[in-house]
Amino acid sequence: MADSLVPVLEAQEKMDTDKMWVIWGPQHPFSHGLWTLKLQIDGEFCTDADPIVGYLHRGWEKETENRDYARIIPMTDRLCYCASMTYSHLYCMTVEKALGIDIPEKAKYIRIVADEVCRIQSHLMWLAAVGTDMGNLTVFLWAMREREYFLDLNVKLCGQRMTTNYPRIGGVRNDTTPLFDRDIIRAVDRFEKAMWDIIYLIDDSSVFVSRMRKISYLTREQCANMGLTGPAMRGCGVDFDIRRDDPYDNYDKIDFEVPVLNKDTKVGDTYDRYMIRIEEMFQSCDIIRQAVKKIEALGKNAPYRIKTPTKVPAGTTFGRLEDPRGESIMYLASDGTDHPYRLKVRSPIFTNVSCSKVMCQGVRIADVPAVLAQIDMCLGETDR
Amino acid sequence: MAQVYQSPSVEEIKAALTSEFPQVEIISTAERRVKAKCPREISHDVCQFIHDNLTFEHCSVVTAVDYIDHLMVVYLLSNYYNGVMIDLDVDVPDDDLHIQAVTDIWEGANWHERETWELFGIVFDGHPRLERLLTPQNYEFFPFRKSYKLRSQE
Repeated sequence: MADSLVPVLEAQEKMDTDKMWVIWGPQHPFSHGLWTLKLQIDGEFCTDADPIVGYLHRGWEKETENRDYARIIPMTDRLCYCASMTYSHLYCMTVEKALGIDIPEKAKYIRIVADEVCRIQSHLMWLAAVGTDMGNLTVFLWAMREREYFLDLNVKLCGQRMTTNYPRIGGVRNDTTPLFDRDIIRAVDRFEKAMWDIIYLIDDSSVFVSRMRKISYLTREQCANMGLTGPAMRGCGVDFDIRRDDPYDNYDKIDFEVPVLNKDTKVGDTYDRYMIRIEEMFQSCDIIRQAVKKIEALGKNAPYRIKTPTKVPAGTTFGRLEDPRGESIMYLASDGTDHPYRLKVRSPIFTNVSCSKVMCQGVRIADVPAVLAQIDMCLGETDR
Repeated sequence: MAQVYQSPSVEEIKAALTSEFPQVEIISTAERRVKAKCPREISHDVCQFIHDNLTFEHCSVVTAVDYIDHLMVVYLLSNYYNGVMIDLDVDVPDDDLHIQAVTDIWEGANWHERETWELFGIVFDGHPRLERLLTPQNYEFFPFRKSYKLRSQE
């Protein structure tokens, strides 16, 4: 809670005002999907919040127990339309780990490129949503325009814009298409220039900045304890990125710096949680450039997929990956047959949205959309 | 008070856990991964030790697996200093589905425990608010148990 608000809240505490619960959702312009936010308000300030999710619960995890391993990949795409590539990547990685196999180098780099394209387009979708939440439709249109270039790259790589169905157990479905490396470098170069238009548009707008600055402070310890992960946590001083600290596939062979804000003060506000995503997009461009070079160095005829057994030996294992929104984990318990015994998905937003109780405390009602926009809600993976 | 490790290696975690709790069984270790098993009675103490002395600040996952004759609660705990993860498994007998909640240690475990309760029926003792989260409030069954068959499984 902002220190400046404490006297205000204390003064209100003494006044004989009734607190009341206001229910936002499940259909509400700010909610980006079906969920409800119950806010306890005292005058203009929120004192408590109670998020309610589950409208989209479809038993995803139970459903997978019925299918063989290969037929789950299209389902992983439907967990979240923005992060379909990372979820299928995570699933394939988990099964490969359970099988104990190593996939070809080229597949690893292609997955890195695909993941980072996915990260940029997911962050741009978030930026568009932030624009509408704050009443700036230009940001929405510009971010969506930039996003199209990356969705076009998805089409070039695998034929689909969003539900890509591209990674496979043992590699990726197809090799990069001709001229893909040229197109992706063009798109990235163009994006880095165009992005500054949006940054200036937001940072020069005093309305935008004043609604995000100095509200909803979170400390490093709070983030770690509440389970807030991803860019939101790195904006508040937690120096941890799974790509760097617990590398999977070939991220350890790529030289990149993880953007972390407030490393010293260890406390961040909403604006920091916004800014960190912008920095991450530039970082992703850098990773893409390096990975594309590595793919070129491997040559045209390098293998990109290996054959894998259909039955997975009994045991438990888990895979862990840096999703655009935070830490994704799939926990797989197998029993030696060709379908999983239990597959658990840890969705980053599921835990992040449970933190909204703390994030909303002491915030004005008008600023709640600005605070919760930094969660980057997606209900498909939250409710599963 | 036992030693506090800021950024413990896998070997240090293994040694610290087994010396502090003789009942904890280290099943396997790999690079940045420790898989351990502990009896239900001491699960909360082990979690407290992992949080306080091994500086595992973040609880990634609490979930369960239904092995029909017993259920297994799984904790995936992660360290923000060196990326090590502990996979702590706790067996819960089928006829007494109770285990101590860890929400007082990691606040982030709150929703994971609620979800595990509603889907498997494992009661987390000491949980501040054990209510249904994803499924409708009036459900009286636990859909992720193996005894609950989908139509296509019947």
